Amino acid sequence: MTFWARRKKPVEPAIDNRVFDLLSITVTLVLLVHAPHLLWWLSIALALTLGWRWWQRRRHTGRVPAWLKIPLLALLTLAVVVSYGNIFGREPGTALAVGLLILKLLETETARDVRVGVGFACFALMSALLIDQGLVATVVVALGLLPALATLRALEPAQVPMSLPRTLLPGLVLLAAAIPMALLAFLLVPRLSEPLWGAPTPDEARIGLSDSMSPGNFTDLLIDDSPAMRVTFDGVPPPPDQRYFRAYVMWNYDGHSWRRALVRHDEMQVPAPIEAGTTINYSVSLVPTHQRVLPALDVPLSVPAEARMQPDHEILADKPVNDPLNYTLRSALGYRLQPDLDDRARRLGLQRPIGFNPRTLTLATQWRQRFGNNDAAIVQAALSLFHDGGFRYTLAPAPLGRDAVDDFLFSTHEGFCEHYSSAFTLLMRDAGIPARVVTGYQGGYWNKFGNYLLVRNSDAHAWSEVWLAGRGWIRVDPTGAVRPERVSLGASAAAGDQLSWYRTDWLQGMRNRWDIVNRWWAQGVIGFDSLRQRGLLTPFGVRDVDTATLGVLLAIGSVLFIAIGLGWALLRKQPRDGLRTALRELERKLARAGIVRRSSEGPQHYLSRAARALPNQRDELATLMKSYLELRYANNIPAPEPLRTFQRAAREFRVTSVVK
Amino acid sequence: MHDLLQRLQTWAEHRLPALTRYRRPETLPIELHRRRIYIVPTMFGLGFSILLLVMMVGALNYSNNAALLLTCLLGAASSTSMLVGFRTLDGLHLSHIRAGHAVAGQPIELTLVFETVRARSSIRVDLDDAFTAFAIEADGTATVKMILATTYRGWQPLPRIRLWTTWPLGLFRAWSWLYPDQSVLVWPRPESAGPPPRAPADDARHMRLYRGDELAALRDYRAGDPQRHIAWKASAHHDNLLVKDFEQPQSRPQWQLDWRQLRSMDNESRIARLARWVGEAQAQRRSYSLWLPNSEIAASSGPLHYAHCMNMLAQLP
Repeated sequence: MTFWARRKKPVEPAIDNRVFDLLSITVTLVLLVHAPHLLWWLSIALALTLGWRWWQRRRHTGRVPAWLKIPLLALLTLAVVVSYGNIFGREPGTALAVGLLILKLLETETARDVRVGVGFACFALMSALLIDQGLVATVVVALGLLPALATLRALEPAQVPMSLPRTLLPGLVLLAAAIPMALLAFLLVPRLSEPLWGAPTPDEARIGLSDSMSPGNFTDLLIDDSPAMRVTFDGVPPPPDQRYFRAYVMWNYDGHSWRRALVRHDEMQVPAPIEAGTTINYSVSLVPTHQRVLPALDVPLSVPAEARMQPDHEILADKPVNDPLNYTLRSALGYRLQPDLDDRARRLGLQRPIGFNPRTLTLATQWRQRFGNNDAAIVQAALSLFHDGGFRYTLAPAPLGRDAVDDFLFSTHEGFCEHYSSAFTLLMRDAGIPARVVTGYQGGYWNKFGNYLLVRNSDAHAWSEVWLAGRGWIRVDPTGAVRPERVSLGASAAAGDQLSWYRTDWLQGMRNRWDIVNRWWAQGVIGFDSLRQRGLLTPFGVRDVDTATLGVLLAIGSVLFIAIGLGWALLRKQPRDGLRTALRELERKLARAGIVRRSSEGPQHYLSRAARALPNQRDELATLMKSYLELRYANNIPAPEPLRTFQRAAREFRVTSVVK
Repeated sequence: MHDLLQRLQTWAEHRLPALTRYRRPETLPIELHRRRIYIVPTMFGLGFSILLLVMMVGALNYSNNAALLLTCLLGAASSTSMLVGFRTLDGLHLSHIRAGHAVAGQPIELTLVFETVRARSSIRVDLDDAFTAFAIEADGTATVKMILATTYRGWQPLPRIRLWTTWPLGLFRAWSWLYPDQSVLVWPRPESAGPPPRAPADDARHMRLYRGDELAALRDYRAGDPQRHIAWKASAHHDNLLVKDFEQPQSRPQWQLDWRQLRSMDNESRIARLARWVGEAQAQRRSYSLWLPNSEIAASSGPLHYAHCMNMLAQLP
């Protein structure tokens, strides 16, 4: 190939179409990974701008004029401010970054612009992970680096031309080669125990359990299939009907919603006494809830670090759970909770709003008169009412009026766990039995492959606890009286034909199996915090690795990788001498038979000596010698076909006779 | 400013040879190896590393491990690209340099021939203020044509050549200086106008018709052409017969160019005038001889003869 010199030009030349196409692909990918959390109209507007710019540059190269650019910039800022309120924070910040990246494309004409754009695109790709750091999102974002790297490569002059998809390949190879070093850095870069600046706060409330409950507000939760937590048990997991995870305990009822008891700091700080039967140890990986509550299997006995147990055995962390959290707990499966009820708890457990739900009160009073002091019989009567009274389990019940429990019990007869637990608890209270509502999760999917219990948000549940003399607080699940499958199979199974198309069985099965990968990702990568990092060297006898040691390890590891890299970089491909290799092989075989080539001996002399020592194979050796000399000395480069023949002959040569 | 930098560089090269690797001219072929390849981040590389730092601090602050992993991956890939850049230059051979012909003041064409075992992309060559880039295939040869400005006649040493690359990502710039121990011969510039040589115009001996021995061209067969002049091989590719046409009969007088005729002039003017005469003789396809203090060139014609004469003129003291 011939390359002609050019004179230096003062202005940077415009980039060619290939570079611009690759940059456009990069920016499109950035927009795609951000689209799920951008406002839909902003995504569409940005996509249209991008497409228009690409089409415009196809027709003639050149920057978009300033009279168009500046209004667009003002429009973008205005749009972000109007829709998010400000331009700081994670959500508006990323929206603005993506918008600016696309506007940058409008004025991209030189190599320098492209480099700035690629750097910015890398940053925007990373910022997508600040919002969703799941496995799929991370892989998609990492693949987004490929066109970015290809763009940078395409800027270099004088290359072997290749097709557009093929240009992505070298980037993939480069990233793959970088994986070991990236993993080392990932393991050893010291984590911050405290954030440098304001801890991130979620900009919108996530769906999750809330600390108040009014019938109907679980509906969103019960159709949300995202994982809430994953639980591993030491030993045998509890049977499905015992998988009740307690989160909040609700005491206060105002006629509309149930709320937690207001805790006074002077009293009620000691957890209620409990006599535990069988206990079980387990650990929980909790998906961030942005709340303080830590769900625990009924009833927790121990408390994880940086958390406190409330009197009613709720566990509250000291700070809201904004990052994935792992904790270990011990719970009692058989227990007697608070056998002696104090006055305050009794008062709380019996309070009801005056003037609401009169028919419920009448019914409860009738039961009390009929059964006398037999509290257990009243509980049974209520469960029988739910079971035989024509009640129906549905996720889309009819709306309820002011007297919500009256309406539910006597007219609509339909609802789900919230309705049943709410009505049941009020019935108990009206009959003079202390009762409370407990919310949390029930059930879950047992993953055979990973040996863990996957609890989804759709497993959210509400049940009741009643206090019976001599037995303490007892869990009663009135929903189970209507729909036993709710307890044994889960909310979606109980909902019957109200399943969405995407929740069919086989898809659900796939999703359950796929969850094991997500769990591995959540535990191994996302959950690798400063605590886990400090315990990194436990297998090597070092309990606690401090930051300095991590730094030293990182330095040693980097040096090691640099050494490997330099070794590769300095590797020179030596032109292989096939003839020499073949002769070496022949020499090895002859040496085993006792004919060793002396250092001063040329091939002709050596092979003649071998032929004399092995008279049976004299002809064969003579032929080998002749062809070797021919190949070696007749031409500069041995002819390929005779060379192959020689190599085959040398390979197949066997010493048959004994050396004399 | 530029002058100051230039002076500083010259000073540094003399004072700090270890730092700037001032290399003496070396004989071809030159092979690039690790002890003569340097690599530093480009401005874009520095900016990119700052960006990576910002990304890392952000990921750490939000204790977002996925973002941290991505940043580490990008960082590791960037460092690896440094090694790729090094490998682009490492092991490259500059096997030889061919020079064209040029008179003083006009640029001379240089042909640099590179050889390699593995394929390389995007290697740039800077030679004075000319630059180019080339790619080279595995076990291949790349021919790079450069332009070098000339100022005076005679042997002109080649300047230092810089090979550099920012392959693959433009984050690092690897370079190596080549200082081949080779000079190019620059021909003297002919004077623009002057008298024609004193020709022995009426010398009849030089007016005789003369059939040259050198093959000039092929032409169509005309009746009467001797059979042994037919170019049989060439005719096989054509419809009609072709005949080898030898040098046309000499119709112009031969020139005897002589240094001694120009006694009244200084050396450079003599050379310029002789160069012009040689050029005119070549243009008129005359036969000419040249007498110089250091050599005597017998009468002949053709490009080789012209080049020989110009070479001898260029090398005059």
